[in-house]
Amino acid sequence: MEYSDKVLEHFSNPRNVGEIPDADGVGEVGSPACGDIMKMYIKVKDGKIDDVKFKTFGCGAAIATSSMATELIKGKPLEEALKLTNKAVVEALEGLPPVKIHCSVLAEQAIKAAISDYYTRLGIDPLPIVGPIQDTHCHA
Amino acid sequence: MSMERFVYADNAATTPVSETVLNAMLPYFREEYGNASSIYRKGRDAAKAIRLAREKVAKGIGARPEEIFFTSGGSEADNWAIKGVVQALAKKGKKHIITSAFEHHAVLHVCESLEKEGIDVTYLSVGPLGIVKPEDVAAAIREDTALVTIMYANNEIGTIQPIAEIGKICREKGVLFHTDAVQALGNVEIDVTAQNIDLLSMSGHKIHAPKGIGALYIRKGIRIPNLIHGGGQEGGHRAGTENVPSIVGLGVAVEEAVKDIEQRAAKTRKMRDRLIDEILKIPRTRLNGDREHRLPGNVNVSFEGVEGESLLLKLDMKGIAASSGSACTSGSLDPSHVLLAIGLEPEVAHGSLRLSINDLTTEEDVDYILQVLPTVVEELRAMSPLWEKIVKGEHQ
Repeated sequence: MEYSDKVLEHFSNPRNVGEIPDADGVGEVGSPACGDIMKMYIKVKDGKIDDVKFKTFGCGAAIATSSMATELIKGKPLEEALKLTNKAVVEALEGLPPVKIHCSVLAEQAIKAAISDYYTRLGIDPLPIVGPIQDTHCHA
Repeated sequence: MSMERFVYADNAATTPVSETVLNAMLPYFREEYGNASSIYRKGRDAAKAIRLAREKVAKGIGARPEEIFFTSGGSEADNWAIKGVVQALAKKGKKHIITSAFEHHAVLHVCESLEKEGIDVTYLSVGPLGIVKPEDVAAAIREDTALVTIMYANNEIGTIQPIAEIGKICREKGVLFHTDAVQALGNVEIDVTAQNIDLLSMSGHKIHAPKGIGALYIRKGIRIPNLIHGGGQEGGHRAGTENVPSIVGLGVAVEEAVKDIEQRAAKTRKMRDRLIDEILKIPRTRLNGDREHRLPGNVNVSFEGVEGESLLLKLDMKGIAASSGSACTSGSLDPSHVLLAIGLEPEVAHGSLRLSINDLTTEEDVDYILQVLPTVVEELRAMSPLWEKIVKGEHQ
């Protein structure tokens, strides 16, 4: 299995690791049985992602995609963050091995889950804005 | 990447070719390059080299030279043994195989493929310690059982199986017994006669011979059809021009591997025990597989809240080469069938680490692993939401 230099770089030096104690939205996707869980925390200010942090249990690709995804949405308006696709994460990482593509989907869904939680806390139904959160399955 | 140190702790995956083996092989590439089937001197010399290698391999497992057949490796030996026995005995109405749930895929996948052809397979459970119970083997034997195939030692968790007892049961009941001894050879004393083994698979690259060479022992009197048909090499039982350099290498490697076995094992065991004792001091860590009946160089542990592949990558960045039973390393997404077979929860199986050392490992290597490993586990746990749940008691 070959990881790109970019993946290895983000794995060994992940950006935005940690928690936000007073987060405005928290999203968690994945399952222990599948071997990956991503938890994303967001702080929203003026409709923008003011801060984002993550914690991930998972393989090298899971950690690298979390890191890259947080970097790609930091400072961006919510609508833009919601448009982040797993493909964009993969491209930014200069590719992922085929068996690891699901990690990028997980990263995309983790962001959606955090934004969804943000709207829920505001008393706004997130479904029309965010759409459903995919339940990613590990068993192909 | 700057690397201060390199520690190779993946000897169960493969080993470097030893200098003794390499030197023995070298003449057979460019000087003694003859085809062993040829009549002239160079051919005869190659044939003689093969004969001597066969004697060495036979001696290493207590067999006779005419019972040793060279193959391309352990997988071919396993395929040949199982398919061969089944093909020979199915005609007589024997259509049942007994194996264990945690065999190497070279055995498991062969059994699964035979199931599709109407062969009945019993997969014995191995219990939480990863040991097959001889009484379970006895109980599973039926009128139509063609073969029992149980590995000598498990490749992931290193547990050594009660081979002599299983061999005795099979012999008494008149059922053929095959064992994949790829991991055991050179670590455990093997005597096919005393242990009543009918067929035994070996691999070169686990014992400092090159990759791509192995052997199958077939007890005299047992006739199984060929897996590879063609020329008359290996007494007409395995076609293909002999890989003379590698066969020579395997002969020397087996000779070296069975020499001073107890002395080398004792040295390795001491380092292994230090690794296990120290690693188990890391909270929420478990040893996988029986501690007593275990290969001298095998350490297999699970760290809760940590995923194995990221652990391997972190160790690699510190110059430590190891292996994991996690999904990610194999390219499939399911965790190791071996760890699931001993009853581990999938998430715990995902957090496993296998260190496989040998007598070439040094105490300094062990020191280094023990210096790096706890830090790496801590780093990964610090960023793991699963670990957070475990600590808070929220994960069940």
